[in-house]
Amino acid sequence: MSVIISAMEKDILIKVDKLTRRYGQVEAVSDISFSVSRGEVLGFLGPNGAGKSTTMQIISGNLAPTAGQVSINGFDILDEPLQAKASLGYLPEQPPLYKELTVDEYLQFCARLNRIPRGQQQQAITRAKTRCGLQDVAKRLIGNLSKGYQQRVGIAQAIIHSPEVVILDEPTVGLDPNQIREIRQLIRELGNDHGVILSTHILPEVQATCDRVQIINRGRLALNDSLAGLNARMQAKQLLCVFKQEPDLAQLNAIVGITQIEPQPDNAWLIHYDTDNPADQIAALAVAEDYGILEITPQHHTLEQIFLDITSKDHFDAAATQMTQEASNA
Amino acid sequence: MILTLAARELRSLFLSPLAWAILAAVQFVVAWLFLVQVDAYTSIQARLATIDGAPGVTAVIVGQVTGNVAFIFTLIVPILTMRLLSEELRSQTIQLLFSAPVSMTHIVLGKFVGIVSFLFIIIAMLTLMPLSLLSGGTLDFGMFAAGLLGLCLLVASFAALGLFVSSLTQQPVVAAIGTFAALLLFRLLDWAGNVSEAEGFSGIFAYVSTLRHFESLLLGQFSTTDILYFVLFITSFLVLTIRRMDAYRLQH
Repeated sequence: MSVIISAMEKDILIKVDKLTRRYGQVEAVSDISFSVSRGEVLGFLGPNGAGKSTTMQIISGNLAPTAGQVSINGFDILDEPLQAKASLGYLPEQPPLYKELTVDEYLQFCARLNRIPRGQQQQAITRAKTRCGLQDVAKRLIGNLSKGYQQRVGIAQAIIHSPEVVILDEPTVGLDPNQIREIRQLIRELGNDHGVILSTHILPEVQATCDRVQIINRGRLALNDSLAGLNARMQAKQLLCVFKQEPDLAQLNAIVGITQIEPQPDNAWLIHYDTDNPADQIAALAVAEDYGILEITPQHHTLEQIFLDITSKDHFDAAATQMTQEASNA
Repeated sequence: MILTLAARELRSLFLSPLAWAILAAVQFVVAWLFLVQVDAYTSIQARLATIDGAPGVTAVIVGQVTGNVAFIFTLIVPILTMRLLSEELRSQTIQLLFSAPVSMTHIVLGKFVGIVSFLFIIIAMLTLMPLSLLSGGTLDFGMFAAGLLGLCLLVASFAALGLFVSSLTQQPVVAAIGTFAALLLFRLLDWAGNVSEAEGFSGIFAYVSTLRHFESLLLGQFSTTDILYFVLFITSFLVLTIRRMDAYRLQH
């Protein structure tokens, strides 16, 4: 809740309200609400078929929602589509490229299509090419370019008119590691003065580029948290301790904050705690009682684990409950 | 904006071998027809001169050739219009247009203007042939102009129909076959009109047929009804295409 309120004070560029989309009987997206403000990169995560692309298509005006509203830069996508789309740049899952055109011709067409004034078109094209590293291939046919370059042409197309809102559906697919780094850099730059939605499967990408993370599962929003909140979530409050001797569990349990001790193979113990990190006290006890301490390692959840927790069927409900609890706490 | 989209369409056409192949093939075939017709005219010219009120050179050569050209367009328009929307739907490049600040009307009209411009280029090339007759005589320019106008309207109607069928499917070949069948049907409706004349049905069928309206223009009879027929035909299919594309975002 706090995220949404602080965003309201800023400049909201994308507002999605109770979005629902049905395909026949199947509800691909149900009752999704969120907003993205200027200067924010929102990472959109979810397993295949969760409704990511459907949501993106609705926000970009490619698909009409069954219910709910989307507004881009204050304009409703259905009521005032031209104004809304003027402030929108969209890279679909499959870059919409005319393969028989050269990169320059294609970008020229996109510049005209997005109503860039004639005098500024050349400048806009040059800037988009520079940002996406396309100067060297400007005269080549798009159809002859490698997948990575085609992807970059797709990104150039989305940012050519410096839209307020940029929506990128899996932008780094097919790029080599160097290109991925450049594109992430570009996304971060865009995030400074635009609102960006980035959909991806690649979890480190979210950590590298996004300010906020949203996980969608089976058409529902399962998590919406800032990256800082997510990092806090990753602190597992567990210590893995390895001793030479078997420790006295009663003594360990007496340490304030320790809630549970799980035996692990090879004389290792997984110690759960709920308040402050008790590592120093465990170490002091181990030295005093001569357990022969070998290792104390804090445990972290990875984003992957959180993702799996939320999106795997069994944990879904638990995660959802946790979500609502946290939401009400906040 | 319509012109931007039309220019893109035209450019893509000329970047593919298809446009050039069609231009060359049509030019060749029509040149052959034209020669045969000129030859036929010279052989009957002497006899025609003796008949009072016999058709002139414009009617015999230009009229006949234009009529044949109309049939050739029935064959090539489906090939040209088949990929207009179906290809964009299939390769998803339509998303570029959908997320750009252009309306569905712009998109459809842009496509239409683009393909009609190409068809008019073909017609312009073909017009050069009858004009070459000017070196040896004169033409009935009124009749010539009416025929040309008729051909332009007919071809534009074909394109509008082709564009609509192309919006119905994601398979260009299916679009081509569908368009061809529809064009043929509109042409052959005239036969049904003739057959059922006795039963009083002639009005409906013959009236809906494209052929009837085209032929009167070909004979130099400029009637607002015929012009209006073509304008209505084009408008209807363009509106249907726009509706169909709008629905594309809703259904699935």
